[in-house]
Amino acid sequence: MSPSVPLQEMIRAIRSARTQCEERGVIQRECAAIRAQFRQVDNGARSHNLAKLLYVHMLGYPAHFGQMECVRMIASPRYSEKRVGYLGAMMLLDEKQDASLLITNSIKNDLSHSNQYIQSLALCTLACMGSAEMCRDLAPEIDRLLRASNSYIKKKAALCAVHIVRKVQDLGELFVPAARSLLTEKNHGVLHGAVVLITELCENNPETLERFRKTVPDLVQIMKSLVISGYSPEHDVAGISDPFLQVRILRLLRILGRNNEAASEAMNDLLAQVATNTDSTKTVGNAVLYETVLTVLDIKSESGLRVLAVNILGRFLLNNDRNIRYIAMTSLQKIVGTDHIAVQRHRGTIVDCLKDQDASVKRRALELSLALVSASNIRSMMKELLLFLSSCPLELRAQAASGIFNAAERYAPSQRWHIDTILHVLTTAGGDVRDETVPNLIQLITNTSELHCYTVHKLYRALLTDISQQSLVQVACWCIGEYGDLLLRGECQETEPVQVTEDNILDALEVVLQSHMSSPATRGFALTATMKLSTRITDNVDRIRSIVSIYGSCIDVELQQRAVEYNALFKKYDHMRAAVLERMPVIEKNSPGHTNGESAGEALKEVQPAKVKQGDSLLPQQPANQVCDLLDLLGSSDEHLQLRPAQGSTAPSLPSNTASTAGGDLLDLLGGFEPTPPAPAPQVPTLTVYDKGGVTLTLSCEKQSNSGLIVTLTASNSTDSDISGFTLQAAVPKSVQLHMKAPSGDFLPARGAAKVTQMVVLNNPNKVNLKMRIRISHGTQGSAFQDTVQIDSFPGLSVPGQ
Amino acid sequence: MMRFLLLFSRQGKLRLQKWFMPMSEREKKKIIRDMTTMVLARQPRTCNFLHWKDLKIIYKRYASLYFCLAVESQENELLALEIIHRYVELLDKYFGNVCELDIIFNFEKAYFILDEFLMGGEIQETSKQIVNRSIEASDMLQETMEEYMSKPAF
Repeated sequence: MSPSVPLQEMIRAIRSARTQCEERGVIQRECAAIRAQFRQVDNGARSHNLAKLLYVHMLGYPAHFGQMECVRMIASPRYSEKRVGYLGAMMLLDEKQDASLLITNSIKNDLSHSNQYIQSLALCTLACMGSAEMCRDLAPEIDRLLRASNSYIKKKAALCAVHIVRKVQDLGELFVPAARSLLTEKNHGVLHGAVVLITELCENNPETLERFRKTVPDLVQIMKSLVISGYSPEHDVAGISDPFLQVRILRLLRILGRNNEAASEAMNDLLAQVATNTDSTKTVGNAVLYETVLTVLDIKSESGLRVLAVNILGRFLLNNDRNIRYIAMTSLQKIVGTDHIAVQRHRGTIVDCLKDQDASVKRRALELSLALVSASNIRSMMKELLLFLSSCPLELRAQAASGIFNAAERYAPSQRWHIDTILHVLTTAGGDVRDETVPNLIQLITNTSELHCYTVHKLYRALLTDISQQSLVQVACWCIGEYGDLLLRGECQETEPVQVTEDNILDALEVVLQSHMSSPATRGFALTATMKLSTRITDNVDRIRSIVSIYGSCIDVELQQRAVEYNALFKKYDHMRAAVLERMPVIEKNSPGHTNGESAGEALKEVQPAKVKQGDSLLPQQPANQVCDLLDLLGSSDEHLQLRPAQGSTAPSLPSNTASTAGGDLLDLLGGFEPTPPAPAPQVPTLTVYDKGGVTLTLSCEKQSNSGLIVTLTASNSTDSDISGFTLQAAVPKSVQLHMKAPSGDFLPARGAAKVTQMVVLNNPNKVNLKMRIRISHGTQGSAFQDTVQIDSFPGLSVPGQ
Repeated sequence: MMRFLLLFSRQGKLRLQKWFMPMSEREKKKIIRDMTTMVLARQPRTCNFLHWKDLKIIYKRYASLYFCLAVESQENELLALEIIHRYVELLDKYFGNVCELDIIFNFEKAYFILDEFLMGGEIQETSKQIVNRSIEASDMLQETMEEYMSKPAF
């Protein structure tokens, strides 16, 4: 086959150009010559010129001026020109170009040409870039070729039909009968094309799939003959007879056997035979085995066959070839949900793959290891995973860290282990963890009250070593702020205690505050922690005062605001400081994005410290629970309640944005006190809910909206002596939101001279059964009195649960 | 279904590009850039499979040429390696001990051979001999037609 001299000369010229500029020059000259030649009517060098243009196009230069030349050359009677013309059409034209429509007619003519090689050119081009219109136009022609032509054309027509079906789904029906009959062909090329066509038709249309299920026995037969037959030189690849066809048939069987007992049954034997007989020393054999495994796992195969398939994957895992290990893990990933026990058997090998050099293998091993973590192997797996985290490539760190957190949360054998694990991750990969790790960890720490001492010691030590990991520093600052007194006490059961002075702690926090490595959020944490320590330490309060006042003029607006507020706390509201900065109550783990907002009376459930709760699940609402909730709330220590009563007169208007970051949500419990005067009681039925010791409490309610309700409590005193310090506290079931407005006063004069009213706004979005428990407290002549009453039905509410 | 096949040298120069899905010129250029960067950055003894968007990329290096094949996610990667190998064998048989220069100077032949082996993103013919015979017959046709038309051979 003689080469094209002009083309090769040009290629040589381009390649000898030493710089990009020189190359551009050569190409520009050549393109100009080609353009000039295109304009001439007919010369013998047309195909050379187009070939040159295609080469230039491959180098990346624009060649659209050759499109019309392609169209002209396709129409030429000469085979050489047609050949290059069609090649040009496939490279330069696509369905988006207008010129592509112009070749439809040429293709149509060439499809019925007497010479099969010209027919094949047309078929190839149609299958490569045929647009939907062209496909619709030429589909009947393709169908004709599918039935009546030689095998060379039939196999090409089959793939052309595949393209047509992909472009225009409706035309699938047209090819079904032809596809069916093609399965009886002996020629492997045609058979392969037929199998691909049937696969495409079945994936396209479920009804067609039903009809083709009947071909399963035929397919099984073909497969069997391929597997059992002796050496066939024409199709043999390393001892496997036509692996390409085998794989395609296996894929079709997979589609036909999916969700169908009968079809799966029919192919069981065959699959077992292929799985056991295929030689797996070379890649080819493994390719066929791999496809077999995928098919077995996807159809309704019997359990023996499934075990065989998983064992093959296990063997793959031990293979020296990295590619095979990789695909084994990909497949195991898909079935780890369903065949968990089978995959667990190979856990050791999978964990070893974590140490592989290849990043793709590592990624797969990580995903699979995380999926295999269970309660029984959590400790050993976590050791491996933490080891992996310290040496893993950067792109996998975030995934590894979040996977470790999830696993730790679900299967942590003990609180201390859980906290240790999270701290370990924060020290190694603190920069790559998600934002909600910090509040999650803080919540976890507050839940485990017996480990506060241990935790704060560990965090203090970590803070001293390294302040670059922001999440770790934030948690450490928070803990030191909360539990600094435990640090100072100098004794700890779980770990070696540190001997620190108050100055040491304040030094550590100041370092964080001043370091340029700390993010604004971290500095906010540190400032708040410093402030909190003012109530926990005794000697250095002045130092704290000075720190806080320095930051009152900080450039960072957030820090400045905090500092100013804390300053105010020192100066004007010093008497409130102890209460405001007290130890935090246990935080309830809400669903993500919990809002404490302004509902100052929101009921907080006391959490059992021994159990670690599931992250996302909200506890189910049962009436019994609701009553318990109320009990717990009102029976808990006083410090919880101190934050909540609506003391209208003395409440300062402390803005509820003491911290706007995640840590700040925790401090938001103070909510907003609204010193608004209570609205006049509407004329609705009232109910006396409490009448004891001369104190009477009546209740009336009015529906505000679909789920809103305003309850007005009126108290009066029928005794002979005045009652002072009269307060009401209310608690409601968990899903109901409660907001207590300021009472009209706290003084009940004797003999019902005046009343005290208090408005309570309720919001019951879940429409649960509404109950309320009210605690009445007052101090009469120095002695405190407390009583509780439960209200189960509200007047004016006709249907329970509204 | 295969989406595209690229051949490029170790310096990133493109030697052959076959697209089985319609794409704009800009998209093609971007894909070529992405592929060459990704594949050339791979270490020597790593596995031959990559993930890129929703496609699987299978690449193999033969002497100075990288063969890069992109398939859809349900395809068999090991078979894709075999497809690449089969194409190299076909080129080798045609050119006789094929090297990169053969493909550079006879790129249109490389395309013709590919078009006898793959079509529309699927394998067309599974037998090496039949593909070789078809190529030879087409070449013969071209020559005889040329001689008949007594015009210089292409």
